[in-house]
Amino acid sequence: MNGMPLIPAGVNRCSKRRFAFWMAAVTAVLVWGVYAMFLIWYKGLNQTRMNDAYGFALWIWADLSVIALGGGAFFSGFLTYIVGKDKLANIINFAVIIGFICYSSALLILTIDIGQPLRGWFIFWHANVHSMLTEVAFCLSCYFAVLTIEFIPLILENPRLAKKPFLNHLTHNMHGVMPIFAATGVFLSFFHQGSLGGVAGVLYGRPFAYREHVFIWPWTFFLFTWSAAACGPCFTILGIWLTEKITRKKLVKQDVIRLLAKISGWMIITYIIAKTADTLYWAFVTAPSRGFTLMDFYSSPTYNIGLLFIEIVLCGFVPGLILITRKGRENAFLLMSAVILAVMGVSLNRWVMVLQVMAVPLFSFDDWFTYMPSWQEVATTILPVAYGLIVISLAYRYLPVFPQEQELNPID
Amino acid sequence: MFPFCFEWVWDMPHMVFMGGLWYALSIIGAGLTFAVVKSIIDMKSHDGQNQEHH
Repeated sequence: MNGMPLIPAGVNRCSKRRFAFWMAAVTAVLVWGVYAMFLIWYKGLNQTRMNDAYGFALWIWADLSVIALGGGAFFSGFLTYIVGKDKLANIINFAVIIGFICYSSALLILTIDIGQPLRGWFIFWHANVHSMLTEVAFCLSCYFAVLTIEFIPLILENPRLAKKPFLNHLTHNMHGVMPIFAATGVFLSFFHQGSLGGVAGVLYGRPFAYREHVFIWPWTFFLFTWSAAACGPCFTILGIWLTEKITRKKLVKQDVIRLLAKISGWMIITYIIAKTADTLYWAFVTAPSRGFTLMDFYSSPTYNIGLLFIEIVLCGFVPGLILITRKGRENAFLLMSAVILAVMGVSLNRWVMVLQVMAVPLFSFDDWFTYMPSWQEVATTILPVAYGLIVISLAYRYLPVFPQEQELNPID
Repeated sequence: MFPFCFEWVWDMPHMVFMGGLWYALSIIGAGLTFAVVKSIIDMKSHDGQNQEHH
């Protein structure tokens, strides 16, 4: 067994020395983040610059962003296993890995953010059944379990593990029941993505965030789910593109990328039309009914009206229009520009819905609230990036992540 | 939280929230159990066939 190769057959990988050097560099960043994490756990949340105005801060933005960007996993799974877009099976492994990294990072950030991680299980046992965040915690944990189950068959395809008869059968049988897990993932994602948006939309004491409702759900509930399904696949495409650049190989055929980009483009354009309608109704009906004008929310040098333009036009309509046109998708520069803009757009949306909500003054005698994260907050936010790079590096080296790699890079 | 815990109340929020959680966990657990049990059965039948060939 020890003589069997660890690296999948028919593919080239860099030398052990080069790989070790890369891993050491990324691990150094990881250790910095872990040190900051232990400082926070040992000394408490006084290591952060959160305060009475900023109960939600950098971590919650990072949390919401990685959850939105990890949405590529559930949406790709939905398209592959339920809609039947078989072509996307060529990227589903990578989408699952990205989702696994994003959701494990989100859970890690939450264990730091709650201050007392040893009491983390209280949310399940002493659940507040009137809180959207309880639903988020339930769905997040369950969906992480689903992503882990979706990741396991790929791990078991490692040449050494695949030789074990039981593991070989397990891989086969897990692939067989994968549509059930994919459907469960879609169900869970719909609710936790939505509820994260719903949390902002129900804050009736914060007119910047508050939105009109459909039954018990504010508009932000649907917009968050929609934007995650729209922009998550763009993050998957961005991840594939970066992996191709680093490895200097073509890993996925262009028609697969273009198909995902096209679907993502239509999702983005429909989302941004709905977002525009929501913004207009909020600006001209909801906010004035509570004594605010639109410009009250954009009177800060940091949070000015340009931010709204960037989010809706530059990072919304522009990438959407590029991705729905054939010429846009076929031009490599335009395609990747649109993908990057979409990723920036959804991250900016989460920033606005978390941090600008906290910054806006609520009373005429208040000024804009300011917040600058401590180095511990920054380090623990960068920690998931280093962790993600390590997981992707290990997965790419030892697992058959890209089914088309052999065909696209034949070994002489 | 289970219905036999002292905090449990038989109202709609508890039934929807906790019911949803246990429903999702049941599907995940059942799917995983099916895959593991079928793999054991497949492996044993495969071993049996191999022994017959020998």
